[in-house]
Amino acid sequence: MKALEPWVVQPLETFLAESAARLTLLMTSSGQVVAQHGFSRSLDVMTAAALGAGIVASTEELARLMGATRFEALVHNGLRQSCMLAAFATPRGRWIGLVVFGPETSVGIVRLFFNQMVQQLGAAAPREQPPAPMLAENFETELNASLKALFGR
Amino acid sequence: MTATHTALDRVTRVPGVRGALVVAAADGLVVAEQLMDGVDGQAAAALTGSLVGRLARTAESAGMRPPAFVHLRSDSGGILAALGPDELVLVAVIGPDANVGLARLEMLDAASRLG
Repeated sequence: MKALEPWVVQPLETFLAESAARLTLLMTSSGQVVAQHGFSRSLDVMTAAALGAGIVASTEELARLMGATRFEALVHNGLRQSCMLAAFATPRGRWIGLVVFGPETSVGIVRLFFNQMVQQLGAAAPREQPPAPMLAENFETELNASLKALFGR
Repeated sequence: MTATHTALDRVTRVPGVRGALVVAAADGLVVAEQLMDGVDGQAAAALTGSLVGRLARTAESAGMRPPAFVHLRSDSGGILAALGPDELVLVAVIGPDANVGLARLEMLDAASRLG
């Protein structure tokens, strides 16, 4: 498990231990990765983050069109593995969690401990101002630095 | 009234029962619930669904049939679970003074009518 922010580590470790999730990705609503567990290639993380952020944006717009509030979570059930995508509020802005899990656990368990992790993240987040928005000219440098921190290379 | 709500009514009428749920065992999600304030239905469904699933797999590994009834006891009460058809589980959250014998009879009969 790798995280860009140290205060994310404990809540995420607890979630991973309790939920038995295979892969987990925490990212901002713009798709910037905050923490990951289980991914071995940076390309997979970048792709999953981009697709996850896009899906959440689409479903939130769909909810708005239907006159509903935001959807809590989106779950794709598969025979061998399933995927849950959920957006949540943190003191650092809106984040997205992408969790892949197998038949060794259940969507109920994953949702239960995911909600607990969200509460723990809210309590653990530092109260100082979040970093300034990333500028386009710094994007590649920031992205490379983030991937290096997450994969150690 | 549906079979699910009839089952919940029968179980929650037993003295000492603090709430009852019908849970989809494979998903650990609540299908229907009748709970007193302070009982977390989502947590009860997820954890009981997981427990029942693991017990069923354990029994199968030992060459036995899945358990029909599970009683998890603690100092301050307990959890009862009766397996029904279609991977549904009837769950009761009980206090320490609950009539467990009556709850068990009601749950086994009600669970067989689920689905």
